[in-house]
Amino acid sequence: MKELRLMKGNEAMAEAMIRAGYDGYFGYPITPQSEVMEYLQAERPMERTGMVVLQAESEVASINMLYGGAGSGKNVVTSSSSPGISLMQEGLSYIAGAELPCLVINVQRGGPGLGDIQPAQADYFQAVKGGGHGDYKLIVIAPASVQESSDFVKLALELSNKYRNPVMILTDGAIGQMMEKVELFPQQPRWTIEEIREKKPWATFGKPADGERRIITSLDLLPEKLEAHNTHLQEKYRTIEKNEVRYEEIMCEDAEYIFVAYGLASRICQKTIQLLREKGIKVGIIRPITLYPFPKDILKSYASKVNGFFVVEMNAGQMVEDVQLAVECKEKVSFYGRTGGVLPTPEEVMEAFEKSFK
Amino acid sequence: MTEEIIIAGFGGQGVLSMGKILAYSGVMQEQEVSWMPSYGPEMRGGTANVTVIISDERISSPTLKKYDTAILLNQQSMDKFEETVKPGGLLLYDPNGITRHPKRTDITIYKVEAAAEAAKMRAPKTFNMVVLGAYLKIKPIVKMENVNKGLKKSLPERHHHMIPMNEDAIRQGEKIVELVQEV
Amino acid sequence: MYTELIKPENLVYTKTKVMTDKELSYCPGCGHGTAHRIIMEVIEEMGIQGETIGVAPVGCSVLAYEFMNIDVQQAAHGRAPALATAIKRLWPEKYVFTYQGDGDLAAIGTAETIHACNRGENIVIVFINNGIYGMTGGQMAPTTLPNMKSSTSPYGRDETEMGHPLKMTELVANLPGVYYVTRQAVHKPSHVRKAKKAIRKAFENTAKKTGVSFVEIVSNCNSGWKMRPTDANQWMEDNMFPYYPLGDIKVDGLFVNK
Ligand SMILES: Cc1ncc(C[n+]2csc(CCOP(=O)(O)OP(=O)(O)O)c2C)c(N)n1
Ligand code: SF4
Ligand SMILES: [Mg+2]
Repeated sequence: MKELRLMKGNEAMAEAMIRAGYDGYFGYPITPQSEVMEYLQAERPMERTGMVVLQAESEVASINMLYGGAGSGKNVVTSSSSPGISLMQEGLSYIAGAELPCLVINVQRGGPGLGDIQPAQADYFQAVKGGGHGDYKLIVIAPASVQESSDFVKLALELSNKYRNPVMILTDGAIGQMMEKVELFPQQPRWTIEEIREKKPWATFGKPADGERRIITSLDLLPEKLEAHNTHLQEKYRTIEKNEVRYEEIMCEDAEYIFVAYGLASRICQKTIQLLREKGIKVGIIRPITLYPFPKDILKSYASKVNGFFVVEMNAGQMVEDVQLAVECKEKVSFYGRTGGVLPTPEEVMEAFEKSFK
Repeated sequence: MTEEIIIAGFGGQGVLSMGKILAYSGVMQEQEVSWMPSYGPEMRGGTANVTVIISDERISSPTLKKYDTAILLNQQSMDKFEETVKPGGLLLYDPNGITRHPKRTDITIYKVEAAAEAAKMRAPKTFNMVVLGAYLKIKPIVKMENVNKGLKKSLPERHHHMIPMNEDAIRQGEKIVELVQEV
Repeated sequence: MYTELIKPENLVYTKTKVMTDKELSYCPGCGHGTAHRIIMEVIEEMGIQGETIGVAPVGCSVLAYEFMNIDVQQAAHGRAPALATAIKRLWPEKYVFTYQGDGDLAAIGTAETIHACNRGENIVIVFINNGIYGMTGGQMAPTTLPNMKSSTSPYGRDETEMGHPLKMTELVANLPGVYYVTRQAVHKPSHVRKAKKAIRKAFENTAKKTGVSFVEIVSNCNSGWKMRPTDANQWMEDNMFPYYPLGDIKVDGLFVNK
């Protein structure tokens, strides 16, 4: 039987954490994502699956709790919103350096600074280009619906473990707060000790009687050794780029123009392309689902076929740079965005598009 | 079928929960739905609104500028959202507390004395269900049996004893809704 | 007949000019407004409006700068004591105070609080303890009472899992850098008068460069506690005061014997 529910994006992610078999959630309240911990606490996850939920004293603490939990082989997750994610950058750099799998959810709000609590996509650069110090990458996935909010929490557990790499779900206040129909996936068991032992032999959960002690660290004082570690990381990122690109093509077959938008902006653009198609203008959307790895190739493959690309974001223009790089300036790339938590309307996106491609 | 609705009023009037029941009713009949609230400090005793979309197809933008139906429950909402009804669309309102009645001539307008009715029924909290009944009388987009299921799903178990009262309120709303102007 | 009353010579009370005319954004019955007012009155009475820099937190009082007619910096969540430290060190003759909630001061900003206190910064810290995160909608704070319900402790604060209510005030009192520690309330006129005296003492202390003056105000949050304002005040007296007893803890660098 299908398990259909009407849920907020935040609630769906929380329910998915329990169902996907995460072992621990650590977080600090911040709007617009406080429902995640509120939902978890109400659900008594310890009784449902044995999952630990802890309210930390800050995001600095939350991310370091993830560092500890992930290092000990457990599947752990935190969620926050923009200002809190900024606080986590140091910890994320350590986690990426030590190659620990975990999930960090950013329900973005308007910035910079304390900003406001309305939906935005202004943390794109921070998420896909690094954010903290050093050469590292997060796998960044962007849901565009409540259904994907739920599904990607499970996907993140797989991807983070497959590559021993932190995953970020980059969503926003609107998807977090809105309710949609969601089909819940069935309960997955949490990893047993045997599974952890087998799949994460590097994890520090007690030195095996017959084996070496294990060390989780991001420190390497010898430059050559640290360079070798960096080379290894870069090779891993290239593999991720080869294997894990995800995107959706919407009405692209006959398109003369391609919109590029992710998350909520892509939903708004879907309405815009309906409006444009009613006027006889053939437009489609490429919706990056993974923001890192970025779907470069598909964009490039359209560069010679269409008359232009139109990037729509809820920021002042961030992903647009990656689109320009992807199409190698072979085609005109225009941009429209709103900032500060203001949502673009389908109509104003249409007007902006028409102005750009007159 | 796609129905795009804005419901707006004071926080505490049950605007969000009315939208939720409507959306859940849509889920119960296997339709696509989205429920997008205004959120933030403005909700503390201030105005609240929610955009509900019910459709047979995948829903694109969950936020909109134009609506098929506006359900407006205070003056601020009337001032803000009357203009957002699509030509030929529907505006439903409760005249209680309204000092400036709708002026549009290109839309269908209904009114429902929901606050007065709920007070008469000695169940002021069912106000939003009277409004829901009025709306469903004009646009029966979801079946009553699915509304009942929606009620059950969206109310916590401890409030299930109040479901019959809510159903009465819905029926009452269906009865007392009045046409103001048709296009 | 009211003309008699509004003659200037009959005036018994007026809003201090050190508050702006901006309407308070707090819920009716909330203690934040009164706490703002008494601090501003002290500043007026001491004649230091031009000498005072406030640091606002993140919490319901994030907008304190809208209401306080003085220079104010708005800090990131929990970091107010760090800002105040720098301001006071760079402007040693000024009066510098932070105004912080319990989440801000005793959770995310614990480190900043402890270390500003331990360094003995010559600042005033006003700590509004309402046992909850008001601004974000009623989540558990470090000061939430045992078994108290909040949106992240929906079945009540289970001390074995969620820790014990943090008595930050008693904790900082142990630090030699802290000169004056007191716990007050502002829900009744008699308490308001006492709290105001305490604030005055705190500000006067900082001019003497004797270290931190720390004034906790046990306050209410009727929205977060989900109570009517009058019930919230009663609940505060019945539950908060026994756990967080009012009165001086350390005066002029010495513990008060009780
Ligand atoms: C880094 C960061 N994390 C979280 C938040 C969200 N946040 C805003 S106020 C607040 C708690 C406020 O509680 P408290 O300090 O007790 O103040 P009150 O509202 O109760 O007066 C939180 C968690 C934030 N603004 N920044
Ligand atoms: S939420 Fe609580 S602390 Fe904030 S203004 Fe309202 S009563 Fe005061
Ligand atoms: Mg508080």
